[in-house]
Amino acid sequence: MPLGTNPFFRWSYVTSQWSQIQGDLVQHIELSLIAVAIGTAISIPLSVLAWRYRVVRTPVFAVASALYIIPSLALFVILGPLTGFVPPGSYKTAEIALVGYTLLILIWNTVAGLDAVPADAREAAIALGYSPTAALVRVDLPLALPYVFAGLRVALATVIGLVTVTALIGLGGLGQQITYGFTIGYNTPIIVGLVFSIALAAVFDLLLVGAQRLAVPWSRSRNPAGGEN
Amino acid sequence: MHFWAQVFDWFTTSTNWSGSQGIPQLFWHQLELSAVVVGTALALGGGLGVILGHTGRGGLVAVNAANAFRAVPTLALLTLLAIQPAISLKWNGFLASWLALTALAIPPVLTNTYVGMREVDADVRDAAKAMGLTGSQVLLRVEAPLATPFVMAGVRTAAIEVVATSTLAAYVSFTDLGTYVISGLNTNNTVVAFSGAILVAVMAGMVAGVLGLLTRALTPLPLRRHVRSRLVGTRPGFA
Repeated sequence: MPLGTNPFFRWSYVTSQWSQIQGDLVQHIELSLIAVAIGTAISIPLSVLAWRYRVVRTPVFAVASALYIIPSLALFVILGPLTGFVPPGSYKTAEIALVGYTLLILIWNTVAGLDAVPADAREAAIALGYSPTAALVRVDLPLALPYVFAGLRVALATVIGLVTVTALIGLGGLGQQITYGFTIGYNTPIIVGLVFSIALAAVFDLLLVGAQRLAVPWSRSRNPAGGEN
Repeated sequence: MHFWAQVFDWFTTSTNWSGSQGIPQLFWHQLELSAVVVGTALALGGGLGVILGHTGRGGLVAVNAANAFRAVPTLALLTLLAIQPAISLKWNGFLASWLALTALAIPPVLTNTYVGMREVDADVRDAAKAMGLTGSQVLLRVEAPLATPFVMAGVRTAAIEVVATSTLAAYVSFTDLGTYVISGLNTNNTVVAFSGAILVAVMAGMVAGVLGLLTRALTPLPLRRHVRSRLVGTRPGFA
């Protein structure tokens, strides 16, 4: 890439480097979606347990909060000796840390959603002959969905932002563009990384809003818990 | 030598605890940068939040704009600022770090301050006015104390994010605990990188704990239970 002057943005960089940018974009999406998917798979059962049993609630929140408070870069590096500092090992490092971040957000919202289910609805289900498990699956969890979605939106936006930092352990998705731009002192790659990650966050947020409308048709306009995001 | 033994060695080597690259000095640098950033964010974001919340105008726009800003990856902002000739690595990277991290810290402070101001019961505000308090007295004696727990929640969120992200400042040559992490990664010295990461995690935990206690101390006594129950169910960043 010939440098010369350093304009604020140069289109020819985007066109000439498109395949590289595309690869970074794909990696960014992969890293983010896998983290949120695993985070969701872990957090739903944990939330149900934390909601049902007070004894479980405290340790679950304590561990999730601790994972949330440890800075991402530190967590990547702390996991490094176990899983690896460079690809392919660092994929595991990155995913474990990213999943760790999603847990508090997702559990917090899911538990809040379950707490907010009207007791009447559950009692009615039990009176209709639902077993506790059936009531959980068919009444409690569906009614908690708006909160779950609110958590998913925050989690996905957070993870998409954090993935850029994994550039420092050889991954990074769009973070690669950012570190490349910094290394060669050139604006365009950094702006590419910046704009694409914001766009990615926006697109996925819209997709989640769409999914929520399909999954929770009865609460179109309301969006509790973190709806400001 | 085994990895863990090397880490233990690093922590117990006395030269790592002194001098300009020593642990206390770098710990202090990171704390200082974070404090300056959070202070700036409190002045700007908190100030704007108070004004918008008090007047009740334009708040929603500001809050939405602030939230949209959250999606900006700090690494991009930091590096972009650091390669601008006007900023570059001035004050050893402090300037670029200060600006980029402040941009990160303003949204939570602004949003929470605004929400806190709006959460003040309209009846309480009216009662204060009926008792003859002027606009600024209402603001200082009624709205501000009642909004404090929310403002502090925002400050705590911002501080945790800033301490975490100030590790990245080392990437644009500011010397703080991130220096161990980043130079360790660059030179394949995983012992130093790991040890630095442990120190960063310790600092984050300390800051979270201290600000939690401070929030409690600054919350008016009768409000403590009430606010606790209000904050449950919001996103973690809000509580």
